[in-house]
Amino acid sequence: MSTLQTPSGAPQGGPGPAAPAQAAGGRIVTPRPSVEPGRGPASEEGVVVKSRAENLSFHYGPVRALKGLNIEIREKRVTALIGPSGCGKTTFLRCFNRMHDLTPGTRYEGSIHLYPDDFDLVAKGVDPIEVRMRIGMVFQKPNPFPKTIFENVAYGLKVRGMRSNARIGEEVEKALRRAAIWDEVKDRLDSSGLSLSGGQQQRLCIARALATNPEILLFDEPTSALDPIATARIEELIAELRDQVTVIIVTHNMQQAARVSDYTAFMYLGELIEFDNTSKLFTNPSQKATEDYITGRYG
Amino acid sequence: MSAATTDEAIRRIRADVSRRKVLDQVFVVVGLLVMFAALLVLAVLFIDLVRTGAPRLNLDFLTQFPSRKAERAGILSAWVGTSLIMLTTAAITMPIGVAAAIYLEEYAPKNWLTAIIEINVTNLAGVPSIIYGLLALGLFVYQFQLGQSILTAGLTLSLLILPIVIVATREALRAVPRTIREAAYALGATRWEVTAHHVLPYSMGGILTGMIIGLSRAIGETAPLITIGALSFIAFLPQSPFTSEFPFVSFAWLTDSFTAMPIQMFNWVSRPDPKFQVNAAAAGAILLGMTLLMNGIAIWLRYRFRKRINW
Repeated sequence: MSTLQTPSGAPQGGPGPAAPAQAAGGRIVTPRPSVEPGRGPASEEGVVVKSRAENLSFHYGPVRALKGLNIEIREKRVTALIGPSGCGKTTFLRCFNRMHDLTPGTRYEGSIHLYPDDFDLVAKGVDPIEVRMRIGMVFQKPNPFPKTIFENVAYGLKVRGMRSNARIGEEVEKALRRAAIWDEVKDRLDSSGLSLSGGQQQRLCIARALATNPEILLFDEPTSALDPIATARIEELIAELRDQVTVIIVTHNMQQAARVSDYTAFMYLGELIEFDNTSKLFTNPSQKATEDYITGRYG
Repeated sequence: MSAATTDEAIRRIRADVSRRKVLDQVFVVVGLLVMFAALLVLAVLFIDLVRTGAPRLNLDFLTQFPSRKAERAGILSAWVGTSLIMLTTAAITMPIGVAAAIYLEEYAPKNWLTAIIEINVTNLAGVPSIIYGLLALGLFVYQFQLGQSILTAGLTLSLLILPIVIVATREALRAVPRTIREAAYALGATRWEVTAHHVLPYSMGGILTGMIIGLSRAIGETAPLITIGALSFIAFLPQSPFTSEFPFVSFAWLTDSFTAMPIQMFNWVSRPDPKFQVNAAAAGAILLGMTLLMNGIAIWLRYRFRKRINW
């Protein structure tokens, strides 16, 4: 596997981080499937596409909240969704892990393909639980379980049937390290997750999601409830995660999108107005509406 | 603005605030009065019971069976009966009530059928207890042939407090924030896992409180027990739940006939001999003590469970 290279020399993380889990013989916690050349579709610049929404519409009862979105999510890149309140960015994000299925009377149209196996996340008959086993999420407000720090991170592993305490311990430590919170909590893994500060709680939630090795990690305005210092730490963390996992982040804060993301999608009234490299979109948007929004003329 | 007008404005603000705060203080006084009135009535009642029953409030009273002689009569069969009935009621109500509440709150689709069920559950809490007694007489005693047993009493009182437990449990389940449920779902948990691993444990304090409030109601019920044919003179104990042979526990006591504290009291109160009034008062004090103890446990449980959880 390690001899295989991604096409066009794209800075591909490769199966590196996933390899140890595989070597340990984990049957249940599957490492992210490594992308074989020519299998996952490549985007224009040669970066591997992790997911592609095609003509995706979403309905809350009679309300059509998303109107035929088409977008490509690049693997191991950070994609930001921006737009004014009510534009559907969070609605779009929550399609990726089928969170809308918890609300009765919702309906998807179109498709979201997850590569490399071309699995349609929103197809009828696809179990949302299967989708959520592969796609992780971090929420707007830190929402640790009122359990110990250890149990918070271990929960996803237990749901996946991991029973060996030694392995769970290893994976919990690994996840807490990846979420850059290990040093702060290593001496008190048995205290409640709620005893942490807001920023620490959010990083604990990121560790909880990372422990399950998600293929895509969704962030729904992860810093909107945090102070600037905690926000900066989360942003740093997202930048570090870039090499390991595909990230989609919804944010109200345009500076944040500019700081953390490689690609940015601007949404307005349930439509995707513009999608481009972050630097291009912020410096030289091709749409008038995008320009108006990023220069603060509305929203 | 000159200094004079500023002073004037500040004086006016102060006068206004203190005038509006008068209502605040009036309410404090009224609230304290009402609260003390309620507590005073209870305290006077309790003290009166203890004073009247004082001659009989001793260990003998707890270890003797009822007797025709007032000074030799005790409440052994009554408090054992009450304890066993409470145990049976709790064992029946807890799983049924919690399961019903979980179904209604977490699983049931929101439609007219569940709306009707919800309204009726709430209404059932207001049905007079004698009605439950009549239902139990027809259903458990005659139809199912369960006899005038501890099991029948437990089932009857379960019916009585199920609505209370269901409503309290639903409140407790609803208090678990949506964000916590979403966190568990997002990790790939099934609905059952979300309920069993998260929602239920986090609401346990509220559920147990509701359970004990229900049991506190049941412990004093007399009418339904009399209706199903509880005896007031029982000079033996139910069979022991523990046996010397494998499997060491026995449920034979469920089918034994019984008496209970409120029935024993009712029986003594209705006797002409004034000496029995003393017994009734003593039994009343003990029953009240049992209820207060249960409520105390409820408060302690709530405190323990909620200490860890502050959303």
